Amino acid sequence: MNNIIKNIISAIAFILIQCLILNNINFLNSINPLLYIYIIVYFPIINNRIIFILFSFLYGLSIDIFTDSAAVHAAACVSLAYFRPIFLKLIFGMTYIHQVVKFKDIDLKQNLFYISSLTLFHHFILFFIEVFDSSKLILVFEKAIFTSIFTILLIVLLNLFLKNK
Amino acid sequence: MQQIIYFFLRNKNFLLFLSLFLLSIFINFRSNSYTSSKIINSSNVVVGYLYNNLTSIKNYFNLIEENKKLIEENQFLRLRTINTKSDTISNSINYNITNGNIIKNSYNLTKNYITLDIGRNQGVEVDFGVISSNGVIGIVDKISSNYSRVISILNTNINLNAKLKTSNHFGTLSWNGENPLYVQLKDLPKQAVLKIGDTITTGGNSLIFPKGILIGSIKSYKLDNSQNYLELEVKLFNDMSNINHVYIIENTKINEIRNLDE
Repeated sequence: MNNIIKNIISAIAFILIQCLILNNINFLNSINPLLYIYIIVYFPIINNRIIFILFSFLYGLSIDIFTDSAAVHAAACVSLAYFRPIFLKLIFGMTYIHQVVKFKDIDLKQNLFYISSLTLFHHFILFFIEVFDSSKLILVFEKAIFTSIFTILLIVLLNLFLKNK
Repeated sequence: MQQIIYFFLRNKNFLLFLSLFLLSIFINFRSNSYTSSKIINSSNVVVGYLYNNLTSIKNYFNLIEENKKLIEENQFLRLRTINTKSDTISNSINYNITNGNIIKNSYNLTKNYITLDIGRNQGVEVDFGVISSNGVIGIVDKISSNYSRVISILNTNINLNAKLKTSNHFGTLSWNGENPLYVQLKDLPKQAVLKIGDTITTGGNSLIFPKGILIGSIKSYKLDNSQNYLELEVKLFNDMSNINHVYIIENTKINEIRNLDE
């Protein structure tokens, strides 16, 4: 119970940080890091998948309400939540299948690989749905890759910050 | 029957994912056609309140520049009132103007929206035009009692009627989603005489904006695929990343004209 309240508070904090601060960075006119996916990326591994998927949907939808983007973030977050086990299986292999992997003590290289693949996956879906125009695929790629670099950087920094604390 | 239930139970995760994903795609498509749901936009009470407070903090740091802009505009308007003879003003007023502040602005997406701190209580309605002292900003598309949402000119769904300042050749103004400094003017007849640097203004064909409101200057032009029309790259006069104070234009004759068209 205590854990649930803690998660909800941190989700609200991430939404506010994302919408009130990070969305105003506009680096090179169009790049804003999407740090808010941190919660979905590091959601506890042992979870009720139905609750996880529902949570991700509502979480993405609240970002959408702030940014006036219909339900783009919701779609991307739901996909991220649903396909996350596949990434976990690919990257952590047997340790994930035996349910002994813990986010606290995975090494940096694996962690970086994990963050990058999930971020790229999420951003590609996000920008593809947002633009939704096959003649602008280059724009989608450009946006997804540049934003991903920024997001990955921020997630790594936040990891370091939380570790030292 | 038992097998069907068993199938649903076994695939419940996938079915949940699929239904939520399709739901969000559905919301996306609905929002492209002007009639999206009422809750999922930033003109609702909670989000409006948050953005409003944040903007009041941000505005504090912008006061000097904002004052300078207002003084410049005052000067310009004063010059115009001096130079206009009183008898050229027509008896009937076609347009009302109110003013407001931007509390949320985005320009880095392909479908950008702006939120204003005035709404139904201040007399704003859907389809009012929004301009700043430098030119067109967008069109009001959703209102709540105290906030309103504006489709920015930097939204791939917007289409505006625009013309050359020097002649009456008109075309359709839209945005390709790439650079927030430039918009595109399409379907301009190729016999129009123009040169780089010419001014583009709103055309009189729109019910929303009066004729002659500034938009931008021509950066480059070329013939389109059909070889009959020109395609123009227009540099906006407005720096869409730095706007705060806006004017909302109401066309008081809009219903009369619409009735005529029906």
